[in-house]
Amino acid sequence: MCNCETKAPEVIDLSKLDNILDGYRDKADMLIQVLLKIQKEYNWLPKEALYKVSQALNVPVNRVYHVATFYKLFSVIPKGKHNVSVCVGTACHVFGAPKILDRLEKSLGIKAGETTPDLKFSLETVNCLGCCALGPVVVVDGHYHGKLPTADAEKILADYD
Amino acid sequence: MQDIKIITRHLNTASSADIDVYMADGGYQALKKALSMTPDEVIAEVKRSKLVGRGGAAFPTGLKWELTRKEKANPKYIVCNASEGEPGTFKDRLILKNDPHMVLEGFIIAAYAVGTSQGFIHAREVYTEEIELFQKAIDQATERGFLGQNIMGSNFSLDIQFYKSAGAYICGEETALFESLEGHRGIPAARPPYPVQVGLMDKPTTVNNVETLCNVPAIINNGADWFAAIGHPDYPGTKLFCLSGNVKEPGVFEMPLGTNLKDLLEAGGGVDGKFKAVLPGGISSSLLTEMDVNLDFKTLAKAGTMLGSGAVIVINSDTSMVNVASNVAHFFDEEGCGKCSICREGTRRAAEILSRFSRGQGNRNELEWLLELHEVMKDTASCGLGQVALNVAASAIRNFKGEFLAQVRKEEGVWLR
Ligand SMILES: NC(=O)C1=CN([C@@H]2O[C@H](COP(=O)(O)OP(=O)(O)OC[C@H]3O[C@@H](n4cnc5c(N)ncnc54)[C@H](O)[C@@H]3O)[C@@H](O)[C@H]2O)C=CC1
Ligand SMILES: Cc1cc2nc3c(=O)[nH]c(=O)nc-3n(C[C@H](O)[C@H](O)[C@H](O)COP(=O)(O)O)c2cc1C
Ligand code: SF4
Ligand code: FES
Repeated sequence: MCNCETKAPEVIDLSKLDNILDGYRDKADMLIQVLLKIQKEYNWLPKEALYKVSQALNVPVNRVYHVATFYKLFSVIPKGKHNVSVCVGTACHVFGAPKILDRLEKSLGIKAGETTPDLKFSLETVNCLGCCALGPVVVVDGHYHGKLPTADAEKILADYD
Repeated sequence: MQDIKIITRHLNTASSADIDVYMADGGYQALKKALSMTPDEVIAEVKRSKLVGRGGAAFPTGLKWELTRKEKANPKYIVCNASEGEPGTFKDRLILKNDPHMVLEGFIIAAYAVGTSQGFIHAREVYTEEIELFQKAIDQATERGFLGQNIMGSNFSLDIQFYKSAGAYICGEETALFESLEGHRGIPAARPPYPVQVGLMDKPTTVNNVETLCNVPAIINNGADWFAAIGHPDYPGTKLFCLSGNVKEPGVFEMPLGTNLKDLLEAGGGVDGKFKAVLPGGISSSLLTEMDVNLDFKTLAKAGTMLGSGAVIVINSDTSMVNVASNVAHFFDEEGCGKCSICREGTRRAAEILSRFSRGQGNRNELEWLLELHEVMKDTASCGLGQVALNVAASAIRNFKGEFLAQVRKEEGVWLR
């Protein structure tokens, strides 16, 4: 499925935004730090939020979008409730990461970079998470699954609903 | 072989993430000693120790501080580079987690030497736990008067701010890192001028890797002569080697710089399977097919590769070199910033060509073409990323040509000219 069809939730609760933005009024150099907080809160960067950031930090909207689309941790489209990241860095590659990715893609029925239609899982590949001795590594919602046997790849998903 | 631990000496004891544990082992004594010296004396000591940068490029640390200090412009800045993104590198994370105060003490001494009262640390957002521990260490050090105003009663003051990187390998490159700190996209700037003259917010700036800074307290405590006597005569001290790939017990090993690869492999329990090749400096380096080689900057440069940040990735005979080359090419295609056309287009075409080889659909003529592209990128790409992006591909083609030829498209004979 193509991501542009992933539906944004009808109503986005922007009330939490003011708390985040309060400490950063007119602090343009804090743009990335602010976006990180918003990404953490909403799991993506809704358009409305980006416009509010632009106003609060006094940064042109186009620059907000430049940054929001440059960095890997940001997403300007909604992501699933659970984020599954498969490390495909070279150390993990040597340990068999491609097979793990293959199995997860089949089991979720989506390709890396996509979100399941029920918005439950997003699957992505990442380049080295800095724990290569544990390879191959899959991270689900910040929880590390290291030295993962290929056969167990989809089992780790069972813990998340 | 000398068995000396500088940076990992607390690894198996109580975590010195707690300032009391760190101080019980002589922590912050080096800072006290440094503050009793003039900044120029501190710089002279570090220069005499011959410490070079551990971020990968081995630039003399004392000289970098001196060049920054000599600049007239003010304020000056210092940045600790904890962006660690090279696949196969996981040493800075280990230090940040186990010994944040060691990094901090080195950082404060460096700031004193350079002559700045504002420091920044730039770390990957995914290092969540490490960031928390480091922030706690900053708070503890501030409470004890090792940070903040008039440190330990001197007239030296320092404030350190923590910035998280939003996930871009290129932001480890120092000039792209400045862009990230300023809240922009991470696009590297042309150098020279080097950051020592024009750095963060266009002011003179020293950038140091986490591991580099960790050596500083030990040098101040034990003296430059002690440090200079460890390991390699030209590049003394130890190195954290990150051993990964097809080895039995991957991990971080602290050994003298210049340690033989065989000894490192032995420390890691030996090769898992039959040794085929090794990337001694992560995926920015070229493949090496021998095992009997000393891991220092000079020897590896002579062998046509580099030590870089010490990411030693071992590859066994079951692993396809074509797939490794393709994996690396995709990495650089994704991580390049897109500023220069040679890197943007070059990494994209290389990734496409190598993907085709992976699928058994290769065109043999394109192998020569990749080697040529490698030369052009080495000479013309603007930053270190583009210059090294095809090192793995080119060295794989040179050393394992048979594997590539076996993946040439067979049906119809279209590519088989
Ligand atoms: N630790 C990691 O995760 C990674 C490390 N690297 C390493 O980074 C290295 C490349 O880094 P670069 O910064 O491009 O290397 P470089 O050799 O251009 O510079 C190294 C350091 O010395 C300084 N410097 C160099 N020449 C100078 C001069 N004439 N005057 C004043 N200062 C000078 C630079 O400002 C920089 O701080 C590679 O060797 C690679 O191994 C690459 C990717 C990731
Ligand atoms: C693409 C690229 C990525 C880099 N990533 C890092 C990094 O993650 N950490 C680091 O310390 N240096 C990295 N460097 C090297 C820095 O530019 C710089 O040389 C280093 O931080 C200087 O510190 P040192 O002298 O203490 O080694 C990178 C260089 C390039 C070209
Ligand atoms: S070489 Fe590549 S990563 Fe470096 S500045 Fe050019 S496009 Fe960006
Ligand atoms: S390559 Fe996967 S964690 Fe480093």
